[in-house]
Amino acid sequence: MYSERVMDHFTNPRNMGDMEDPDGRSQVGNPTCGDIMEIAIKVEDNRISDIRFKTFGCGAAVATSSMVTEMAKNKTLEEAEKLTNQAVAEALDGLPPVKMHCSNLAAEALQKAIDDYRAKQNREG
Amino acid sequence: MKKVYMDNGATTRTHPEVLQAMEPFFLENYGNPSSVHGFGQEALKGTEKARDEVKKLINAADPQEIIFTGGGTEADNLAITGYAMANRERGRHLITSVVEHHAVLHTCEYLEKEMGFSVTYLPVDKYGMVSAADFREAIREDTILATIMSGNNEIGTLQPIKELARVAREQGVTFHTDAVQSVGSMPVDVQDWGVDMLSLSGHKFHGPKGVGALYVRRGIKLHPHIHGGAQEKKRRGGTHNTPGIIGLGKACELARKNLPEKEKEVSALRDKLIKGIQDNIDEVVFNGHPEQRLPGNVNFCFRYIEGESLLLSLDLEGIAGSSGSACTSGSLDPSHVLLATGLSHEVAHGSLRLTLSIFNEEEEIDYVIEKLPGIVEKLRQMSPLYQKS
Repeated sequence: MYSERVMDHFTNPRNMGDMEDPDGRSQVGNPTCGDIMEIAIKVEDNRISDIRFKTFGCGAAVATSSMVTEMAKNKTLEEAEKLTNQAVAEALDGLPPVKMHCSNLAAEALQKAIDDYRAKQNREG
Repeated sequence: MKKVYMDNGATTRTHPEVLQAMEPFFLENYGNPSSVHGFGQEALKGTEKARDEVKKLINAADPQEIIFTGGGTEADNLAITGYAMANRERGRHLITSVVEHHAVLHTCEYLEKEMGFSVTYLPVDKYGMVSAADFREAIREDTILATIMSGNNEIGTLQPIKELARVAREQGVTFHTDAVQSVGSMPVDVQDWGVDMLSLSGHKFHGPKGVGALYVRRGIKLHPHIHGGAQEKKRRGGTHNTPGIIGLGKACELARKNLPEKEKEVSALRDKLIKGIQDNIDEVVFNGHPEQRLPGNVNFCFRYIEGESLLLSLDLEGIAGSSGSACTSGSLDPSHVLLATGLSHEVAHGSLRLTLSIFNEEEEIDYVIEKLPGIVEKLRQMSPLYQKS
């Protein structure tokens, strides 16, 4: 059903947990559909210096969350914004077709965390 | 790695004696039971002995009341569509419940959408049980058939079939029950229950897959569902699945001989597992009825986590279970049964069903009780819902 890479990220999720005083944070999905992802980022010199996720959801939801944090870490905000759900799925050697839309929200969660950071910057700036 | 199979509600291990009984019907007695020659007649002897075994297990009055089918789903389809189409001049109203298996629900929906029938879907209480009073109230002048399952495949709740069947009989409504989860794991007596039709499936109680049966009380008129030859008194066309039927017969014989003892053993394991989960994990929701319950069914929701993640984690420890989460239901909604008992979507997504059989052992229960709390905790640590609670 799932690729080895998905199972690897599901079993040993990267960057999972809480973050104190994040510079940007987001939540996507809702409990009704069975997937919720939260992403928190720290930004230094326009780069994502630290990133954490928490996810309620299926194996694909957990693995895509974990993968997106790995892909985004140490990237500039502009680079990170170019990550797509599709690219995350490809980095995991693919997802079952039925999971492609419902549990593949990680890039969206990342984008919203970046948006949140920028909104804060604007308010403070 | 240890391997613990607790998905017997999905299917069971074929009993070695069943396989042994089937083998000669592949290699030696491979004739078509409809043939005149010796090969055919040997096969026929086998299928008729099997029919008698099915009859005995469910206490039918006559082996001719048993129609062999290609499984439980086909038996449900034949009972509902076959009866509705043969009796549609008398009325076009059917009654079922919201917690039925899709083999029943989707068949009723088909008759509703395509054949001009109307269907009442009875609600259930928090245990997943239908009330006889609701049933009585739902019966109309034009009600011809009611179909209510005996034991729920997801949460294990047993319906008050005897009471429901009595109401149906008093009101002149024919009564079918999907007993796919009950037959072979607990006593089933069609005459005592007073049902007119009953579906069963071989692979749910250590028989082979792809074979089941429909009990049809003498005098009940049915249209065939599969048209073809004169097999099964023209009620089900198609060459008999002889080895499968032999296997089903053997599974029935074994169940009949072992039932009282095995039912007790499996129920004791079930109760131990239920208690072990309740004692070792916080914030769980026990699903189904505490007493009126299939002997092998355990079903819980674990708050803040999602069912498929739980299944994957259990599988990594060699434990096979199932879930009613959206991911495993093939839609975006979690189990219709769990939602019908009043659970929220969020809680229903975190369900786990562990279903036991005669092949499970006590040490396997201990193993699950040892592994499950850590798995649930790990997933909760990952969950944004848990943090906020």
